[in-house]
Amino acid sequence: MPIDILLFKLLLCGIIFVVSLAVAAYATWGERKFAAVLQDRVGPSRAGPFGLLQPVADGVKMFMKEEMLPTKSNKFLFILGPCLFMLTACMVSTVIPWGGDLTIDGAVYSLQITDINIGILYMFGVVSLGIYGIMIGGWASNNKYSLLGALRASSQMISYEIAMGLSIIALVMMTGTLSLREIVLQQDAGVSYVVYQPLGFLIFLICAFAETNRAPFDLAECETELVGGYHTEYSSMKLGLFLFAEYINMFISSAIMVTLYFGGYNFPFQHEIAEALGLSANGLTIVQTLLFFGKVVGFILFFMWVRWTLPRFRYDQLMSLGWKVLLPLAIANIFITGIVMWALGLIANN
Amino acid sequence: MLTEYAFWFLTFVAIFSAIGMILSKNPVYSVLSLIVTFFAIAGHYFLLNAQFLAAVHIIVYAGAIMVLFLYVIMMLNQNEADEEKRSNWSKLLAAASFGILLIVISAAIGHGHAKEVAITQQAAFGTTETLGISLYKEFLVPFEISSVLFLAAMVGAVYLSKKEQYN
Repeated sequence: MPIDILLFKLLLCGIIFVVSLAVAAYATWGERKFAAVLQDRVGPSRAGPFGLLQPVADGVKMFMKEEMLPTKSNKFLFILGPCLFMLTACMVSTVIPWGGDLTIDGAVYSLQITDINIGILYMFGVVSLGIYGIMIGGWASNNKYSLLGALRASSQMISYEIAMGLSIIALVMMTGTLSLREIVLQQDAGVSYVVYQPLGFLIFLICAFAETNRAPFDLAECETELVGGYHTEYSSMKLGLFLFAEYINMFISSAIMVTLYFGGYNFPFQHEIAEALGLSANGLTIVQTLLFFGKVVGFILFFMWVRWTLPRFRYDQLMSLGWKVLLPLAIANIFITGIVMWALGLIANN
Repeated sequence: MLTEYAFWFLTFVAIFSAIGMILSKNPVYSVLSLIVTFFAIAGHYFLLNAQFLAAVHIIVYAGAIMVLFLYVIMMLNQNEADEEKRSNWSKLLAAASFGILLIVISAAIGHGHAKEVAITQQAAFGTTETLGISLYKEFLVPFEISSVLFLAAMVGAVYLSKKEQYN
């Protein structure tokens, strides 16, 4: 790998990391503002104009709080838990194509850290590892509520991971590739896969809510039953990491949904519009990336809308929804996709 | 060159985390070491250009099976203090029997003919596509039979848990 590409990739890693943190930080602000609008309140307004400095104030508050290590906890695992959770939250962003190619001085730089041809499988591997942070943290706290919260969170994540994986299989049958970049390129024509896979998208969306432990699936931190769930014993920035990772997860899962089902960085008639406006290839790439983030923000707002609209499920309802509704629907979706593809003669014989 | 360094690094990680898994007294540490071992082995698959196998290895072993192990350990909440003291006799017997096994295996390695396996560096080797085609064309029957086996195991598990409920 040439040295300039390597440097560019390192720079891109840094930028994406910072952007994920920034988006997650402002998602906390957005969440409070959104809740305030829905509940006819003002929301954060003291720190800076429109309360825009509120995330900074929250961060400082988290850092300044007293560090607590429960005496009977396992110290090493207690600290490892939130670290692992944050690490896995950040790992998926490496395979997401954030934009097309930039051409500088004849060299082509891709706005994707790495295009491995098992991108979707990598994504699932990392998602399945996300459980460990919660489980280890909850167990190491040596607290009944933490353990119950961790067990709830992890069983919920495992249950919904299956339906999520099966909902994507129908998509993969159509794309014929596991590389996220190629899936985006196939949607260049302006038809997003959500048009062909509405049921698959719906299942994926519901599972994304469950995987990120967002309301109405936030049973892991159900205050009325479990005090605080798996992070009951956590304080200071270790608690901050758990809460913050939830927002990063939300950002990343929104980015995945945009990539897989909503055309990624493509937008309708992009080449015609670029030609009409006289945009260069690099200019088009930048516009595409900005629009990609626009779509992602739209999804994040949808996450928030749902959180402040729907009440929490009961735990048995959650499990029966996952296993008795979403799983059969996902399998049916695979069959329907297969039959339609066979009827249209889209299945290649090789 | 880089591949060779990666190979030695992964090998050391795999062996030492496997030893750590056996030696650690705390079952949770054992599980974590085993997960590290799985990662090192997945890295080896990557070096052999078997990306699909590496990813599935992580998803299935590290992501699913070890989570279940962790579940059982956490539910039983086994700690160092709960571990029953084993007699010296059983320790000696275990050491002797596994020592014999070690001798047999190392003798087998010493006397066997080491086959030079050429590492295929073709781009298509080990990809999802190649694996899928060979699974569904050449090895369709064994593949389907093993999936029936999985189904039977699943039905068995459901049946067992049901029976417990109604008693």
